[in-house]
This record gives sequence, structure tokens and C-alpha cells, in this order.
Amino acid sequence: MAEARVLVLRAAGVNCNEETAHAFELAGAVTSQIHINRLVQNPKIIDDFGAMAIPGGFSYGDDIASGRVLGLELDRVLGDAMRKLLGRGGLILGICNGFQVLTKSGLLPGPEKKGEPIKATLVENESHRYEDRWVHMAVNGKRSLFLGEESRIELPVAHGEGRFVVDSEEALERLEGDDRVVLRYVTADGGEAAYPANPNGSMRGIAGICDASGQVFGLMPHPERFLFPWQHPTWTRGPRRRAGDGLAIFQHAVKNMRS
Amino acid sequence: MLWHFEIRARDGHRDPFAHEIERELPWLGLEKAGPVKLARLYLLGGEFDRDAAISLGGSLLLDPVIQDLELKSLEEADQEADKVVTVCRKAGVTDPVEESLRRGAARLGLELDEIRTGFHFSFEGEVDRAELERIGARLLATAVVDEILVGRSALPAHKTPAGSKSERREIELPADDEALLGLSREMGLALNLEEMQVIRAHFHELERDPTDIELETLAQTWSEHCKHKTFSARIDCDGKIYDNLIKQTIFKATRDLDRDFCVSVFKDNAGIIRFDDENNLCFKVETHNHPSAIEPYGGAGTGLGGVIRDILGTGLGAKPIANVDVFCVGDLEAETEDLPQGVIHPLRVLKGVVSGVRDYGNRMGIPTVSGAVFFDRRYTGNPLVYAGSIGIIPRDRCEKVVHAGDKIVALGGRTGRDGIHGATFSSMELHEDSESVDGGAVQIGNAITEKRCMDVLLAARDRGLYRSVTDCGAGGFSSAVGEMGEEVGARVELSSAPTKYPGLSYTEIWISEAQERMVVAVPPEKLDELLELAASEDVETCVLGEFSGTGKLEIFWQGEQVADLDMEFLHDGLPKTTMKATWSPPPRDDLREFVPPMAGEALRALLADPNIASKEWIIRQYDHEVQSTSVIKPLVGVTAAGPSDGAVNAPVLGSTKGYAVGLGLCPHYADIDPYHMARAAIDEALRNVVAVGGDPDRCAILDNFSWGNTQKPDRLGALVRASEGCYDAAMALRLPFISGKDSLNNEYATSRGTIVIPHTLLVSALAIVDDVRQSVSMDLKRGGTSVYVVGLTRRELGGSAYLRLNGHRGNDVPQLPDNALSIHRRMHEAIRDGFVLSCHDCSEGGIGVAGAEMAFSGGLGLEIDLGRVPISGPRMRDDELLFSESLCRYLVEVDSRSAARFEALFEDLPCAPIGHSLAEEKFRIRGRNGAVMLEEPLADLGRIHRQSLTAILEGEVRG
Repeated sequence: MAEARVLVLRAAGVNCNEETAHAFELAGAVTSQIHINRLVQNPKIIDDFGAMAIPGGFSYGDDIASGRVLGLELDRVLGDAMRKLLGRGGLILGICNGFQVLTKSGLLPGPEKKGEPIKATLVENESHRYEDRWVHMAVNGKRSLFLGEESRIELPVAHGEGRFVVDSEEALERLEGDDRVVLRYVTADGGEAAYPANPNGSMRGIAGICDASGQVFGLMPHPERFLFPWQHPTWTRGPRRRAGDGLAIFQHAVKNMRS
Repeated sequence: MLWHFEIRARDGHRDPFAHEIERELPWLGLEKAGPVKLARLYLLGGEFDRDAAISLGGSLLLDPVIQDLELKSLEEADQEADKVVTVCRKAGVTDPVEESLRRGAARLGLELDEIRTGFHFSFEGEVDRAELERIGARLLATAVVDEILVGRSALPAHKTPAGSKSERREIELPADDEALLGLSREMGLALNLEEMQVIRAHFHELERDPTDIELETLAQTWSEHCKHKTFSARIDCDGKIYDNLIKQTIFKATRDLDRDFCVSVFKDNAGIIRFDDENNLCFKVETHNHPSAIEPYGGAGTGLGGVIRDILGTGLGAKPIANVDVFCVGDLEAETEDLPQGVIHPLRVLKGVVSGVRDYGNRMGIPTVSGAVFFDRRYTGNPLVYAGSIGIIPRDRCEKVVHAGDKIVALGGRTGRDGIHGATFSSMELHEDSESVDGGAVQIGNAITEKRCMDVLLAARDRGLYRSVTDCGAGGFSSAVGEMGEEVGARVELSSAPTKYPGLSYTEIWISEAQERMVVAVPPEKLDELLELAASEDVETCVLGEFSGTGKLEIFWQGEQVADLDMEFLHDGLPKTTMKATWSPPPRDDLREFVPPMAGEALRALLADPNIASKEWIIRQYDHEVQSTSVIKPLVGVTAAGPSDGAVNAPVLGSTKGYAVGLGLCPHYADIDPYHMARAAIDEALRNVVAVGGDPDRCAILDNFSWGNTQKPDRLGALVRASEGCYDAAMALRLPFISGKDSLNNEYATSRGTIVIPHTLLVSALAIVDDVRQSVSMDLKRGGTSVYVVGLTRRELGGSAYLRLNGHRGNDVPQLPDNALSIHRRMHEAIRDGFVLSCHDCSEGGIGVAGAEMAFSGGLGLEIDLGRVPISGPRMRDDELLFSESLCRYLVEVDSRSAARFEALFEDLPCAPIGHSLAEEKFRIRGRNGAVMLEEPLADLGRIHRQSLTAILEGEVRG
């Protein structure tokens, strides 16, 4: 079987790199954690990998706005190398701050098959507070290469700027119509979510989206924090699951890298 | 050219920050001042024109989906404006955004030579200038670190702080004692007469005068903060003589117990214990009380930053894996006019310290797993902030050594004028002018600088690039280099240290407590590799000098020697003082007139008490799951409403071996007897780890004392009693202390007298959990199960939450029973063997509160029959039985399959089934006569517990 090689990006303030690498390895990938300064010196390093992950954290302190400075760096310095990765069928995953980075860099929602790109952003939570809590999500895995048949998953969120906003209703319709709204916050019984089930006030409860190709995926919740049953907040109440809901995301990615 | 960028939310997009200020305006009685509009401001300068500035703003500063940008020249922007307040950091105070702006601009091909960031707030309602000044100082900014410009619409351009002269200066020590003491005060040395006399004699012998930097170095090294003079003083306590209090109590317990899992105790920056075959764990808790009193956000953030550096500076550097934080603050609902002058309102203190810990801990990527908040009016002027950190370190990286010839290398942040005299400041009493006089002691941290430094340090550790490491904490380079070079001596050239701005004197560089700096001892052959590694991740380094082999501390400034101190005198020259201590019990509280309230009302009041109510509003702002190690989280149960006793984490990814952390804090018992307070705090910390699955036989504890002025014999007497309590409880429970710290002089002087904080001892416990899958949580799991109480209930309501809420202190403080260790061990066995569905320790509010919490957290009813509770001692009323805070007790849920084995395990110990879970959502208590004395709907109890503190913090309740 072909080796699935994943580049896990490091940068000042990125802090979920260890556990993101661990999650990919658990799913069968081989990972390298590489500092952005090395990639800036030599963007060709990316050519050795089949996928790139931008982990959670506070890149450059999230100064100015979350993901802004690292997003600018990806766009200006690594943009070509990342587009090349996508061109040969590679995957890009952005978790939490990584999603913010991908959004601010323009890789998400990404280029449209026709017409102008959708203008989207992730901004301050409506509560004006950073919050760590578990959320339920409905899954639409039709387009994304990171998801499969799952219909509902639970993961934790931990962020202060996760409110997904686009500049028009039409853009929202387009994202949904194209099956690019991959994850949506719902209540425990699957209904429409208000705060706190929608933890940040995102439009239409959007928690994660993919680009038009399905190769780029960004989500605010942390799949790498739910790999094992005992990471769930009510695991002591049973019945026990065999694995955490987050693991499947890494497994789908690895499977799709190999095929 | 200077460009002023103003960024505002586009119409139709609400700005949550502006909204929060609108919500807070009523606190000042100024609700009419809103609505509030705000703009984020950037003043950026460089060799670029308007077009380039527009492009910079559009690419770096603006979110085009929700914001609009206005670009002005500084002249255009700088207008007088009614109803506007502009806020920015004072010159010289760290603004972390500057560095990111510089980096972002560089990616766009622009170089910035001027950067300033801030906000302006416009008030569209009715408000006058004086009111704006109040809003500015109370809601928008902190005068110590922020510039608040009322009626101006632009950021001011930077002014470089004035430089100090930096020429070698000798100080003549006056022969007259009074003048000598005056000199200590004038220079802010915080040295007493006896110490100054020893210094005078020393230099007399050397036949020269000391230089300014030599005196400052001695003052830092000999400060209470660094030397713990009180704890090691000779103390006469009511005729009983202690030659060294800490060695005779805290240290003695550790030595007498001699537990084999202790690796390093009381000698490094944190205590170290065994974890698994490859790793050890280390744990340290620090206080940052005085800085947090003056600037809660910066004080708490840098407090946490400091203790994280302690972990990085333990052994050859441990990786921080969890943080804990404990705050003690005044009454959140106090009326502003009732507060002593110069004091920040407790609500703002609490919000500030929570934000400070949140912003630092979250950015570092370290989960905040456990904590506590404690309220008492006596903390109003002198709040307490405890910050702790746990680290993991490979077993072969726990020892450090310095060789002569090793280079002294500083890593991390630059040195500025921030935090000068922090060590000596923390050793003095706070007063009404502390805010204006001592502002330099407070600073704002930059977590990302520390994160970068941590990444490089741990990589360098793994590559073996240095032989020793320590952090720059109190006393800055002075303490770090002084400690590392204690055995071999050090030679330092201070002009090689990079500074934040020009003009620092050599003494300022030497004693600055600027954050985010570590010092390492590097073998010369590894120097290049270390410097290269640091540079590759944008971590600044400097070679300050070398460890010399001369046994002296030699400091140079631009080639000229400014200090030549004997290490031996510096570290061992401090004279031992003799102090008087006394303790007598307080007068008895007369309870004859006490009429017990209705039990249901009492329970509701207890659950609403901020000390007991849910801390969810705070907990959720901390990332408690980063690093993916969380197993038992701070909030548990069906809807995460349950306050977990302790936290369990599995720190090695892929392994199920873990640890539990728990805290013990019961200052109100100290109002009756500090001896029993200390024993209770230790028992509580142990209960909190055992209740979630921690092994009491592989558990270590930390002591953190926050006390009043121990120059006063009564405060010192209380400290002696508490220390004795620590020794006795540690021996009884076989718990070694592995690290500790004390913060004395926590008093607040007002014109109406001095307010002394309660005697506050925080005990933190760290216990091994062999397999985290065996840990349990406190929420009831199923209907039809039995609930047992383990341990005896006595009439011990002295200092209890129940009596306090009813206006009494009480007399009978909880005492540690003789069979405590057996109970904790057996409880652990029961959990480990899988007999236990849920377990909750009984602490504040006793069986009543613990039972209610288990029930609403599990979404299951519970009925308890008080007649079945095993008791000891004098007869009790039902309310006493329900709310007594006797130690060493657990409520335990057991199902019918395990009941027989569970009971057999406790055959020779007090344990009885006292109730059972119900499908019906009610919490019901039967008195000893069998009649129902309390029956409350679970939903009500849960709501009261969950919302009471949150409502205050959200501003929905206005005291």
C-alpha cells in the first residue's frame, strides 16, 4: 500500500501539532511536523507529501484577527506550492485555527468552478468569549474527501473566533447546494441549533466546509481530541464506543490519499 | 509617513466587544451613555505612500466581509472629539500585536518603523467628560498599563521612554543606622536594618563601597520572595523555639516519609515524581498576588507565564502538560462606594484574572484542567492568584549541572524596564497608592514569545545542547545567573543583552523581570548549534557571558566591571532573624440564638453561594482539552453540569496511564484554628484525587501559603500552627510535599485600618492513575442504585458554608480522623476494582450539597435517609447532620451486583448505604424520624447551581 505522507505545519503559536500528527499516524499515515520558516526557505518540501494539515492553536497569537498573519503567509509565500499539491490530488486539512488560516488565505471556500470566489470569514463568537464545549454535528460527506457515510458526530470546540460568515445569502445557497457545508451544528436530537448548541453564532450553524474539489476541508471542532472513547465527556456513563468520532476523519483522509 | 488605520464593523454587523461594554455600562450607572461604537486603530509608519498603505490595510488589517477601513494621515485623524475615548498600551508596555504586524507587513514587502495599536470607543448617548473618564478607567482600560485619552480620536505617536544614566556608581553606606535603613527604603531594597548592617560590615572588610548593582543584587537574592526568610527564621512561638520552621515541619514530613516515587523535592524549580518507565512528572504552584491586585489581567497572565517557565526550567526542561489556577477575591456584589480607596472592584479583578489566565494558557496550548475560586470580603484589597503547572520530563533529563567554561545564554523575550523590583515589591504590603507608585512592577505577557521559546528549548534539550537551565522569574537575570552560578561563579557583560528600547541602565537590565526569558548553560562546542536552532524558529538569543570557575559574581558594563561579589556571601551571608509568634484560639461563637432555616431554603442558598455555585462561566473560557489528554474533565455529567472533584489526564498519546490532580483550600477553618485548616486542606486535596481514581499511595502534594504580615506575632503564630498541621497530616496520610511557595504580607493598608486576608493555604495533589479507563466521575449513573457514605459524620460545622451563610462562624472545626489513610486507600481499591459507579467527596455544604450535585449532574433523583448516616460524637440535629463538613467522607454510588463486594471491602471501616437513586427527578432527604425534611425538584437545584455565579459575571445581577 502506498505510504500516506502528511505534512503537519508548525509555526509560532500553532499548538495542536503533536496530537494532529498522532491522529494521522493512528489512521495509518506517516507524518512530519515542519516549521513554516523551513517551507518559506524551500516550498518544494511540500512536493514530498500527499496531504498538509494546519493544526489548531493561535498562529502568531491570532493578532489582528485569528489566522490572519499565517493566512497571509500561506497565500503570499506558499500559495503556489499548495495549489500544486491540490493539482496532483493532494489534501489540505485545517482544524480550528487551521480553518481560520485557510479561510483568511483564500484556500477556503476556494476558487469556484465558474464565477468569483465566495467571500467568507470566521469572526468573533457572538458571546464575545472563548469557549470550550462539546457539540453535535450533522454530516454531509458527499463531496468532502475527509468524510464518509456518517450522519452525526460529536466533537469538542475550543475557540473565540468561530462564527462563520459569508457576504451574501446567495453564497450560502451555493455552498449548501454544492454539498460544501460538510458539518453543521445541531442539537443533541438533530434539530436546528441555537446557542450553546451552536457555540459561536455561525450562519446556518456551519461548523465546517470544503472547497469545490472536496480536497480542502476546514472545521472549527477538534477531531484530534476525540480519538479514544474515554475522551468523550460522558464516557463514564457508558455505553462505550469503540473509537472516538474524530478518528474517522483522519481515516477517510488516509484512505483517499492512497486511492 | 504615519498612517492611521481605523477599522469598524460594517453596518448590520454587530460588534460583540461593543455589545459587552454596553452591557457593563449599567454597573457604573451610566446605561444612558450607549450605544457604543468602536474602532480598532493601527498607527503604522514607514517609507510608503497612500496606495501602499491602502493595500497594507486591505490585506493585513481588514476583514472585508464584515468590516470597513478608513485610512487617514495622523494629522487628519488627530481631532478633538466629544464622547470619544481612545485607549492604547503605554509606551514601554509589551504589545504583542506589534511583532505580528511587522511580520505581516514584511510579507507584503513593507518595513514598519512605527507601530501602535489601540481602540477608540464612541458613545452615542448622554455622557459628559467626567463620566467618560470613569468609563475609561473602570471599563475600558487599566491605568497602570494603558494610556486613556478622553476626547481624542487618534493614537499618539510613540515616545521612547527616557533613558537612565548608566555609569558605574558606588554607594556610600552611612555609618548611622537610621540613615542606613533610610537608604534601603530610598532604593526600594526592602532590606531591614540587620541585613543592611551585615552588608555594611562585609564591604567595610573589603575596604570599599558597594556599587548600586551589588546592592540591588543582594536585595533581590535576600528578598522574602527568593529566600523565604520567615519560614527559615528562628521563631519563638509562645515559648516553643523553632530554629527553622520549614525544615522542622514541611521538609521534615517529606524526609521522614522517604517515599520512593519522589525523584527531586524542594531543590529544583518544581518537585519531580515518577510516572511511567520513560517519564517523570513535575508540579509547581506559584502566587502572583500583588501584581494581580494592581493589574488583574497582566498580573494573572504573567503569573501563569512564570510558573510555566518553572516547569520549563525543571531538570533539563519539562514539557508543560496541564495548568491549574485558583483565585481568592472579595465580594462580587460589593457596592463601589463601600470599597477601600485605590481598590479595583472584585468583579473586575475576577474577570481580569480569568481573561489573563485564559489568554496566556490557551495561547501556550496547555490545558487548564482544574481550579477553584474562593470569595471572602477580606480579599477585596489583596486578591490572591495561584497559578500552577504540571510537566512531563524524560527520566534521564532530570538532573542539571553547570561546568566552568559553559556559556551563559539567554533565550526568548527582550529585556525592558518592566517588572523592576517585582521580587522586593511582592515582599511588601499593599496600600492605597500601590497602583501609582508600584506600577513598574506589573507587566503584560506575550504568550507566543514563550511558546516559541518553549518549542526551541525542548528541541535543544532533546539534542543535548545545554547542561543546565533555569527561568528568569523574580529578580530576572540577577536571580537566574546568581542561582546557576552559585557553585562555580559567573562573569557577565550586560551590554550584550538585547533590550526592547534604548536607554536601560545596567542595573535595570540586571534586575528587570521582563517576561518570557530562560537562561541556559551551554558547552562552548554546542553554542553554534543552539544559536542556529533558535534563529530558525525566530527565537532571540544572546550570550551574556560564561560560568567562570572563580566562585565570584562579576558583572561588566561595556567592558567596565560594575560588580564583584562573592557567591558565598551572596547566597549564605543573609543573617538569620529571630521572630516572635503567638497563637490563641478565638473567642467562642455563641450559637444559642441560632435558629436553623428550612432545610430546602438552606440547600438552595448553599448552591447559589458563589463559593459552591458552578464555575462554568470561567471553566469554559479555558481550553481544558488541548493536547488531547483529557479524561475526567472539570465539568461532568449528562449536561456537563457536575463539578468534578479532580481532573484526570492521560499525558502520553496512545497510552492509558494517567494522573489525577486535586486541590484543597479551606481558609474559613483557619478563623477557628489554622492547625485544623491545614489538615483539612490536605485531606480535601487527597479526596479530590482519590474520588476520580488517583492512587493515594502514589500521591505528592504542594503547599502554597498566602498569609498576612508575619512580622506581627499573631499572624506568625497562625503560620506556625498551620505548618504543624501540615506535618501531622502529611505523616498521617503518608503524603510527601515535593514543592511549595509562600507569599507573605498580604494585607491592605487603608486610612481606616489594615485588612488582613484569611490565612490561606492551598494544597495541590498530584496522584498516579494506573489506567485512566478505571477513573470515575461524580454524576449519578442509573436509577435503582444504592448510595453509600464512607467515613463518619461528626458535629463539625465550625467555619462551614452552612453557618457562614446564616451569619455564624461556629466553633467545632472539622478534624482529621485517625483512620483517614485506611479510608482513602480502601476508597481507591473500590474504584480500581470497578465497584463504583460514581463518587463525590463531601466538602463545603456536606452531604446535602454533595448529594444534590450528584443527582442533578446525573439527571437522576436521589433519596437520602439521615437516620442511616454513621455518626460519632455529640448528638446532632438533622440540619447539622446534613451540612456538617466532617473530613474524609465520600458519597459513593454502587449497583446491586457490586454491593456485597463493596460492603465487604469496608467491613472494618465506617460506611453505610444511606440512600438510593430514583427515576423521579427529585432530591429528597428524610430526617432521623423518617419524615421528609427536604424535597426539591432536580431541575431547580441544577439551575440554581449552574446559573448563580454566571448571572453575576454576566452582569445580570447588580449588587
